[in-house]
Amino acid sequence: MVATAVSQAEPEVLLAGHGITKCFGPVVANDDVSVELRPGRILALLGENGAGKSTLVNVLFGLHRPDAGQVVIADENVELSSPHDAIARGVGMVHQHFQLVPPMSVVRNIVLGAEPRKLGMIDVTQARRRVLELADRFGLHVDPDAAVEDLPVGAQQRVEILKALYRDARVLIADEPTAVLTPQETDHLLDVLRGLTAQGVGIVFITHKLREVMAAADDIVVLREGKVVGTTTPAQTSEAALAELMVGRAVDLHGDRFESGATGVGSAAPAEIAADDAAPTSEAMAADDPERPVVLDIAGLCADDDRGQRAVDELSLEVRAGEIVGVAGVEGNGQRELVEAITGLRHATAGTVSISDRDASGARPRQVTVIGVGHIPEDRAKHGLIGSYSVADNSVLNRYFKRPFAAGGMLRRDRIDSHARDVVATFDVRTPDVESPADSLSGGNKQKLIVGREFSDEIDLLIAAQPTRGIDIGAIEFIWHRIRERRDGGTAVLLVSAELDEVLALSDRVVVMYEGRIVATVDPRTATREEIGLLMAGAAPGTECSVAGG
Amino acid sequence: MASVVLGLLLGAVLIAVQGHSVSSAYSALVLGGAGDADALLRTLQKATPLVFGGLAVAFAFKAGLFNIGGQGQLLVGAAFAAGVGFGLEGVPLVVHLPLALLVGAAAGAAWGAIAGVLKATSGAHEVIVTIMLNFVAGNLTDWLAANPWQDRSGSNIIARTPLVQPSAEIPTWGWLPAGFVLAVIAAFACWFILERTTYGFEVRSVGANRHAARYAGISVGCIMASTMAVAGLLAGLGGAIESLGVDGRFEAGVNVGLGFEGITIALLARTNPIAVIPAGLLVGLMEAGAAKMQFESGVAPEIIDVIQALILLFVAAPLIVRWLLRLRDRPDAPDRRLTLGAGWGR
Repeated sequence: MVATAVSQAEPEVLLAGHGITKCFGPVVANDDVSVELRPGRILALLGENGAGKSTLVNVLFGLHRPDAGQVVIADENVELSSPHDAIARGVGMVHQHFQLVPPMSVVRNIVLGAEPRKLGMIDVTQARRRVLELADRFGLHVDPDAAVEDLPVGAQQRVEILKALYRDARVLIADEPTAVLTPQETDHLLDVLRGLTAQGVGIVFITHKLREVMAAADDIVVLREGKVVGTTTPAQTSEAALAELMVGRAVDLHGDRFESGATGVGSAAPAEIAADDAAPTSEAMAADDPERPVVLDIAGLCADDDRGQRAVDELSLEVRAGEIVGVAGVEGNGQRELVEAITGLRHATAGTVSISDRDASGARPRQVTVIGVGHIPEDRAKHGLIGSYSVADNSVLNRYFKRPFAAGGMLRRDRIDSHARDVVATFDVRTPDVESPADSLSGGNKQKLIVGREFSDEIDLLIAAQPTRGIDIGAIEFIWHRIRERRDGGTAVLLVSAELDEVLALSDRVVVMYEGRIVATVDPRTATREEIGLLMAGAAPGTECSVAGG
Repeated sequence: MASVVLGLLLGAVLIAVQGHSVSSAYSALVLGGAGDADALLRTLQKATPLVFGGLAVAFAFKAGLFNIGGQGQLLVGAAFAAGVGFGLEGVPLVVHLPLALLVGAAAGAAWGAIAGVLKATSGAHEVIVTIMLNFVAGNLTDWLAANPWQDRSGSNIIARTPLVQPSAEIPTWGWLPAGFVLAVIAAFACWFILERTTYGFEVRSVGANRHAARYAGISVGCIMASTMAVAGLLAGLGGAIESLGVDGRFEAGVNVGLGFEGITIALLARTNPIAVIPAGLLVGLMEAGAAKMQFESGVAPEIIDVIQALILLFVAAPLIVRWLLRLRDRPDAPDRRLTLGAGWGR
């Protein structure tokens, strides 16, 4: 465990996976995936959440054992039984959530577990000297004596990188390293990574941000639904082309938009749905009709993300009764903060929200519910359900205080139970009985329970965030059908989804969100995926595909 | 139950190792705790503050809060109830006794609410705050008993209040102290509030999933603050009953430790308010019978503490019990583990 010079006999391939397949139960997270990293190069793994990027690097780092396929480190076929094997072979990982001891100094964090010793004690002087040498050699400047908790996030990340380099890493795997960084810190990190490659280190860089890939990567592998859907280099591609690869294959303009060769599990059944409900109906066409009342009216809305960075930036949007407005965008462009600001879960720093002609700016979640808003939250385990509660209690989770479920501060169990049985029957929630805990339900049934709950009340506005994430095709079809039914019944629907397929299949109008703003409004009947992909990548409408963003 | 049996079995081994008769020790323990009307009265009197203390911990736990402040809440309840009990004269029982109880309960509630409000507004951890408030309450009530409220009759130099007026005394009907009846009522009331009211739904939601509770429109801060107030009210009531029904006054240092035993009781009952009653009775019986056990079989009464600790260990470490009893881990069984760390680090 001594930091020696990186260059010994230079291997041809630093790290590779050949034909990696990994399943979790019925879910195929990686399906015959092959990637290869050569010395001095940055390999970007690009894909939406759930595309299998993290699973792949966890296999390469020895956290998961592959069901099939071969891991190669430094030209050698290896069997990794734990991350220790990978570390011993010179593979380091920078996790998205830092593995640091906050009150300890930078030096101690870096040497932790591999301390230079003298007479059984940590040789602090030597540890400090080595850390300084490393930092100097790789241009990773950080105060060696500062406590990690006092450092900004970007500096903490440099400590993580130094930790890996201290252990002689010749390969650095960085799992969404920019997700926690400000734009300035991101630029600095990309410089650092390029500096490392100049010294022969190879880097695997996971992200779903196109700009960073174009700026920093040498090789790009795009994953979708567990498969490699593209291998390319920045010179051969564009942000728009990458966006399209990430979200799905190119499609036709008309009704049968799912049949043109989409791959993987997401393909077959939606094709039937599209045939069934053949895109926007004639009533829906009337959605743009200015005669219809505006239900949701957002003007100049601003909101910060959890790090205090502005995530929603003076956004204005109208949703009319009887229309579905879909928000398309690469995740992390303020969609979550937008939904939370409307529903009262997040403080809006500026702007107004009005719902059904009532001012709902700064309203609390309870007030938003009472005004007549249904909210299918993005994270069903965190916000949508209480896992230990019964199906019955969850069926009234945000309406338990209303008649007929409560009277005079008392819960009326009989009414709650019969309501739950209604929801279970109407929304086809597969559960042995309404007393079962919600945690015992499958993901699709949990989601149907949430949708059933939100649809069982009189609502004027439905806010659906990722309404079909991670659930099976049958449940997706069912939920899509119900959302369309609501729309036809006159409810205004704001749909936020990372699945472009979903946005295109459901929406009457699509707005594209980029860096907290709506950059374009498009008609899903005429827009092409290339066009939308380009807008999602941040190109101003009307510009050419070639040199977007950057 | 398995934990109790295991604790008693290991206790029996310890008694046997010391060369005493297990059967005579345990039978003396039971006789001393339930052998006659006096023994039963002792057990019920011992069990009353334990039940209240247990409820104070169990109720807060339903909102995901770990109330270590039962001791302080109980002390202020005991002191202020005694203050009203001896200070008011010429008031009929129907007014005086309820008033004294109410003031004790209110004092406990206020004490608990401090920790709840601090948690809700500044995120100060309730464990730390309640522990510190225990010290404040201890010193405050010691001072009250030694200075403004001290019994000046005769040559008393002990830090204690005068005896409470007869009109503020909690009656005892034969072997049944009225205070214990109140404890049972309080336990059922807690169960009813938690399971049958919208407020209880809110409390449990905050404890089970704070984020989902916010989504559901529940004000998490208000629930935390009010839950701690209810918990303090329960402990304060327990203290008031000690002063008005058992000791007849408040005396510095007498109730020390009672509040902490509430944690034991709540764990033993797995934070189920109804189960707090038998848990309080079991511990109450062991404490009430310990003297007789020592007198008849020579076993040191400290063995009771050891047995209690063993029972608690087995409750807290279900894996040990499973292993000892060779129970198979059933994956389909509902998760009954207590997550005592729930209040930490959030």
